[in-house]
Amino acid sequence: MPADAVVRARPGLLRAALLIAAKDLAIELRTRSAILSALAFTLLAVVIFFFAWDATAVASIDLAPGVLWVIFTFSGLLALNRSFALEQNDRALDALLASPVDRESIFLGKALGNLVFVCLIQACAIPAVALFYNLPLTGVWPALLALTVAAAVGLVSVGTLFSAMATNTRMAELLLPMLALPFFVPVVMPAAQVTARLLAGRPMDEAWPWLRILLAFDLVFLVACTLAFPYTLED
Amino acid sequence: MGLRSSTLRARAVIVNRMPLAAASPLISAASVTAPSAPMLEAQGVTRVYGRRKALDGVSLSLPAGSCLALFGPNGAGKTTLLRILAGLLRPTRGTVLLAGSPTRGDAAARAQVGLLSHQSMLYDALTVRENIVFTARLYGVRDPLAATDASLERLGMLERAEQPVRALSRGLQQRVSIARAIVHGPRVLLLDEPYTGLDEAGAGALTSLLSELRAQGATLVLVTHNLAEGLALATQAAVMRAGRLVRQDDREAIDGASYAEEYREMVTNAG
Repeated sequence: MPADAVVRARPGLLRAALLIAAKDLAIELRTRSAILSALAFTLLAVVIFFFAWDATAVASIDLAPGVLWVIFTFSGLLALNRSFALEQNDRALDALLASPVDRESIFLGKALGNLVFVCLIQACAIPAVALFYNLPLTGVWPALLALTVAAAVGLVSVGTLFSAMATNTRMAELLLPMLALPFFVPVVMPAAQVTARLLAGRPMDEAWPWLRILLAFDLVFLVACTLAFPYTLED
Repeated sequence: MGLRSSTLRARAVIVNRMPLAAASPLISAASVTAPSAPMLEAQGVTRVYGRRKALDGVSLSLPAGSCLALFGPNGAGKTTLLRILAGLLRPTRGTVLLAGSPTRGDAAARAQVGLLSHQSMLYDALTVRENIVFTARLYGVRDPLAATDASLERLGMLERAEQPVRALSRGLQQRVSIARAIVHGPRVLLLDEPYTGLDEAGAGALTSLLSELRAQGATLVLVTHNLAEGLALATQAAVMRAGRLVRQDDREAIDGASYAEEYREMVTNAG
């Protein structure tokens, strides 16, 4: 069975990335281990923040954006931790690295799978926060959803890179937050600022400068992390 | 056995009795001559971890349709060599060429290699079929489903195709790993202890599969501790110790019984 007889053409960058993302999501759908723990964490965090909140001191509209993005950050870490952990079982990562796909495809596939995962968690977190803090989501939710995707791009770019770096260490679960959290700041800060303005019904002009910062960091993180990723896998 | 094989055996024995430091360059210079252009070639491959040399100037040249059985004690560098041949590890020095192209950094060269490792390299939450189809798609196999079923059938695993990998025994997982390694029709197959966990029927099926692949022109590198299994398929045999190739012979130059004795002596006494 010579290779030429069965092999058509190797998948391109995006096709390979889609294959890897679909595989990761299929595994998560099958096991549901990370999604269930992330959702449980999200709901518990909303409840704890709610009971720690003094409604007479801070208005819900001022507190909720911060709560939302803190929960987003830490539940995102749960997703990112599992991203390369599932490749370490039985060294499945070796099969990916030995295959003819580019290492950039592996990064983009992993990041895409994480993006879907993080957005799913945020899709549950937003209604939960809105319910507890009585937020006016009507008319705002499409913009909030778009903002979530924009913030998630930056978060998963950095998080996927550091997840790959941390995965071969003994303390991966501790190392990932220590490496990634400082890089989440330029993503989470503008996202929280835009959310506050959206929920307060302020004009979009006020949010636009923060949104530009967020999109700029998205672009920088996505490109830099894609280019840096192949070097994280060197022995 | 003719004059050539006698000479080869004599050379192997000379190498065996030499100190390791002197033996390695002699073997590189006088390695078994390939009858045709090499399909897989390692030139002076060295791999250093910190101060330790895991591989030290290993050179190989394997033509298409050949099978190298690689023997050696634990820690001899066999798995490191296999990982370098597969392009998973970068050699500190030296090069690995597959049909003239470097395996590392060349996706087209990697597409021609099949790898079977110590670990199953499978996703245990996915089914047998999902695992193999995923690999087939990564390699751009023309009809991934048909190729998957064909490779599973060859390993007697088609009826278990819908079972999750985690539900399978070690031996059955090994069969799935072999099916994964051959689904894209590799020209070079790198096998690290392929008989691990296989029952008698599985081992027999694997031997006949590998013989068939070799007859079709595939080049095999077979790492094993079992001399009989290795020699049954081999066209060349080599022994590694302390990161060096300390002996390399054509198969026809080898007498099974004396080779086993010499191997045992070499592994325990050399160096």
